[in-house]
Amino acid sequence: MAHCGRKDSPELPDFSLLKRLARDQLIYLLEQLPGKKDLFIEADLMSPLDRIANVSTLKQHEVDKLYKVEYKPIFSISDQLCFLIRPRIQTVKWICDVANADKAAGRFRRYKIIFTPQKFFACEAVLEEQGVFGDVTIDEWAFYLLPLDDDIISLELPEFFRDNFLAGDQRWVRTAASALHLLHSVYGPFSKIYGIGRCSKMTYELWREQVEEGEAKTCQAEIGKVFLIDRDVDLVTPLCSQVVYEGLVDDIFRIKCGCVDFGADVTSSDKSLKVMLNSQDKVFNEIRNEHFSNVFGFLSQKARNLQTAYDKRRGMDIKQMKTFVSEELKGLKQEHRLLSLHIGASESIMKKKTKQDFQELLKTEHSLLEGFEIRECISFIEEHINRQVSMIESLRLLCLLSITENGLLPKDYRSLKSQYLQSYGVEHLLTFANLRQSGLLVEQQPGETLTVMESKVGKLVNDKAAGKLTDAFSSLAKKSNFRALSKKLNLVPKSDEEYDLRVPRDMAYIFSGAYVPMSCKVIEQVLERDGWTGLEEVTKLLNGHDFSVTGSNGADLRSKNDAQRIVLVMFLGGCTFSEISALRFLGRERGYKFIVLPRLSDLIVLPPPAPTRLSDLIVLPPPAPTRLSDLIVLPPPAPTRLSDLIVLPPPAPTEP
Amino acid sequence: MLCSCRIGNHVLNLLQLPGAIARPASVTEEEEDPLQPKMMKSKPDEEDYWNSSKFKAFTFDDEDDEFSRLKESKRAVNSIRGLVDEDEDEDDVEKVSWSGEPVGSISWSVGETAASNQRADREPAFPKINTDTQTTGKSHSGYSLSSLFKGKTRGGTFQTFTDSPSDSSARLYAPELRKPKSEYKDYVSDWSPEETVHRMQQGKTVSLEKFRSLQDKLLLLDFSVSAHDGNVITAILIYLKRTLSKEVLFRELESRQTALRHFIHYLSETRDQKLLLELLRSLGRTEDMVLLRYKEHLGIADENKRRDFLKSCLSLAFSPEDSAHVQDHFTLLERQIVIEAADGQAERGGKSEIFQKFPRRASILNMPLITTLYYCCFYHYHEPEGTFSGPLNIRHTFRISEKQFFVTALAARAKLKAWSDVDALFSCRNWLGFTKKKSPLSFHRVVDVLQKNSAPTQVLQEYVALVDDAHTRIALAQKLKCHDIVINTYRDLKDRKLLLGYRGKVEKGSSEETKIKELLENPQIRWKN
Repeated sequence: MAHCGRKDSPELPDFSLLKRLARDQLIYLLEQLPGKKDLFIEADLMSPLDRIANVSTLKQHEVDKLYKVEYKPIFSISDQLCFLIRPRIQTVKWICDVANADKAAGRFRRYKIIFTPQKFFACEAVLEEQGVFGDVTIDEWAFYLLPLDDDIISLELPEFFRDNFLAGDQRWVRTAASALHLLHSVYGPFSKIYGIGRCSKMTYELWREQVEEGEAKTCQAEIGKVFLIDRDVDLVTPLCSQVVYEGLVDDIFRIKCGCVDFGADVTSSDKSLKVMLNSQDKVFNEIRNEHFSNVFGFLSQKARNLQTAYDKRRGMDIKQMKTFVSEELKGLKQEHRLLSLHIGASESIMKKKTKQDFQELLKTEHSLLEGFEIRECISFIEEHINRQVSMIESLRLLCLLSITENGLLPKDYRSLKSQYLQSYGVEHLLTFANLRQSGLLVEQQPGETLTVMESKVGKLVNDKAAGKLTDAFSSLAKKSNFRALSKKLNLVPKSDEEYDLRVPRDMAYIFSGAYVPMSCKVIEQVLERDGWTGLEEVTKLLNGHDFSVTGSNGADLRSKNDAQRIVLVMFLGGCTFSEISALRFLGRERGYKFIVLPRLSDLIVLPPPAPTRLSDLIVLPPPAPTRLSDLIVLPPPAPTRLSDLIVLPPPAPTEP
Repeated sequence: MLCSCRIGNHVLNLLQLPGAIARPASVTEEEEDPLQPKMMKSKPDEEDYWNSSKFKAFTFDDEDDEFSRLKESKRAVNSIRGLVDEDEDEDDVEKVSWSGEPVGSISWSVGETAASNQRADREPAFPKINTDTQTTGKSHSGYSLSSLFKGKTRGGTFQTFTDSPSDSSARLYAPELRKPKSEYKDYVSDWSPEETVHRMQQGKTVSLEKFRSLQDKLLLLDFSVSAHDGNVITAILIYLKRTLSKEVLFRELESRQTALRHFIHYLSETRDQKLLLELLRSLGRTEDMVLLRYKEHLGIADENKRRDFLKSCLSLAFSPEDSAHVQDHFTLLERQIVIEAADGQAERGGKSEIFQKFPRRASILNMPLITTLYYCCFYHYHEPEGTFSGPLNIRHTFRISEKQFFVTALAARAKLKAWSDVDALFSCRNWLGFTKKKSPLSFHRVVDVLQKNSAPTQVLQEYVALVDDAHTRIALAQKLKCHDIVINTYRDLKDRKLLLGYRGKVEKGSSEETKIKELLENPQIRWKN
């Protein structure tokens, strides 16, 4: 489907440079440990590593065997062990165990830990405590950014949301700032930076310090503007069911590091298939941003065209046939393959979504967004819980209810919580505690509302007791003010008009015309006004922390070059594919190009991924080991895909 | 957190005054005091000290790193003396540190000017914004210095700044404007708390050991918090944990929420459960504490041990509501253990027909309550209320709502295709003795459950007919091919057109077609179209 947007979109910068930088640095680090060595790789680093280097690169630099970090005793016979890990205390503890076991066995080896993207003091403290400090050499691999697509760069830090917005640990703020600094020094200088949210502000500040410490640069900017936004500015959008194609694929099959595992039901063979999803996939590129209702039509049209193209070969003479085979056939076959894959995926999506009452679910979500028929919504959620339909989905609906309504009535909270615990297990008491702490699912305070209290607190800044008060309510949670924001920003279009999803008129199309994603709306408004002027009421409702600053880069700022229309949006805490689609739409309409910098491996914070998936558990032996992850010697353990906030996987309900 | 930010920014501002030397006064004083042994180190000692220092081995060797040193010198106005001298002449510094002689005044002042010029020359590329996240009035708010630096006054635990200007601990905070030159004789490595934090942010060598007074430690912590770098905050907390008693550390953390959150996160990551519990207790965060205790059960695999652990949790100070949930958790597991043992035996014994016919696929242990109820409705439906595994007993013990019970029983009995049980679930006799079908669940959901358990059309039809809303009813009936209901509904709606249209959808020559035909020919019906 053709979009009639502005035709003069600027060119995106070439991000493959980032991959090269990362690869070169890794090679350099590997060479720091000369001689043959075994390399242990943290599980969630394997896919990112695959994207920038391959096995032969590693082999060239004397990596002998590859292992996945599994927190078990190791069987390596090499005299040199290299560990490529995230700075996580548990992983470092395991390495200490390995080193200490060697010591006890009187075995001498050299150990090297490469932390990526940076080391933490806490990890080094573990080495010290365990008595292996000094036996182990430490390096940092500044692999901050992985370009996943022409316009998506990821930091691949799945713990960002949880650490920052649940635990209140700011360890990744500097990482975010360094990533921004890397982009600034390669594709900058930036001329304007906007932001909203506490974490964004801190990121900006740390980044600014790095800029001041570093060299001033004068090269031609490729990225002009930057927008930093905290995930908790808009928690509503990631709680809504996704209905654009890419979002649906992610909801159902889970896109990890730009790849998706299509199961046997999609590939219509007995094997699952790992597929890269990006703009290189011509079929996918055309449907990724489409509302799902348009996808079938598009695919069948495409299939017909393909048929016609194949049919051309009938009645060809030998010579024509030869040109056909050499010039067209390969492309057609490729297209054929992709087409059948996406048709398979669409069918599978349809099957799964019609099995449950998807329409009713969407209706409930839309009612919640509109603030309409809340009692009906609650009883729908209740029924959902009673019937033990997806645990995550029930939770998602509960959170959406809480955020849109500024908390649940105490009576409802109690009843829904106890029904939830009955259906999915009492241990989810812990899940509820987490959700309350992060502000996703809260009980309305009886009597004096939070706002009144907070405004009082605001005046008593120097009072220690006041600080305690806010903390007592909710450490990081904020009042969402969704209804007021929705009205101010006009997020819910009037429902009496027909919304033609084929010709979307605004970003609401990504939610069937029912809701404009708040995050994207805020970005649109700020870019339009070149700042927050006129949005004072909105920022107040968003709990402040807005900023907009202009850099003093001289000429570069004044020249209205294309770079000024390249906007880098950094979601601190992750974003959904739906939001990316909305930004792409906005870009087409306004002649911007957005580069999205989500911060999670799978881009999505919420809805949290479902617990253990069967597809995660099946590891097929690869035919020819070409990828790093295939070369892992030991079979990986069952990776449980737990959501950030879910405490533990639920036992599978017995269905005798 | 409140006070820490203020301290940070305020001191920062003061330090940025051109020419201001921001070394804590007490440090210099201590040096002159021969009774302070720690500051009396000679250079070799100092080297030793560095080599044994905690953070030594994992930093870049900054002796080699002239370049970064240069860069650093640009920004660190408050460390002017040491750094600038180094830039000018390395030996000079050495000499100073060794002999304790005053810094050569010319080069020193030249250096200082150069440094402050550098500072002024270089306009920041981007403006600084207020990242102070909780306070609204910032450093220029006219607070007295004492209130800023103390952050809190705890019944005179600390003397205030203004009260006792001679008090050395208070003077620690005082930003010195300029000291007599003879006093500058400490080492390059004598970083102020702020510089230390800054160096840590860059991953450079630092020694925290010299921050021994509580005030120094807290200053260090507060600077790290205002620098927003969680990594550094945690590093300093680790040092504080090692060098402060729990009581003092906990007390100080209470008013520093950001640092506190980092500490809690660090303790949970290192799985220092004991200290974490103590911390939460001292903070009075009972709810967090009991949940943390309760969480331990997840790590217990053996069901009997887990049950016993849950039993021990019953005495914890949960909120009344959560207390009931935990009680349920315990009761449920206790019961599951009994049921599992009995059913396992029955299954192995091979005497029970139901287990033969539908062998169990998984153990019932640790399953949610509703799954357990489903299980009991499946295997133990007709047991009397007195037994542990009887569904009614479970319903009463765990106060399961009527609707919830109904949904679960319906699904279980439908799965077994025990249609008479299904029927009985709905039937209630009114006082006249007539039976009437009633459901706490809307009938279209009932149909949904039945259909998913592949109920025959015969059964489905009965329930589709009970759906209230005509449109939903027709839609359901069409989907499930309950033709009679469609036909009857159209008849009741007196919609001839639709009925006519439906004729094409039923099989030719079937009884349905005949029925439609009869209806259409019936002269007594007054069609609306």
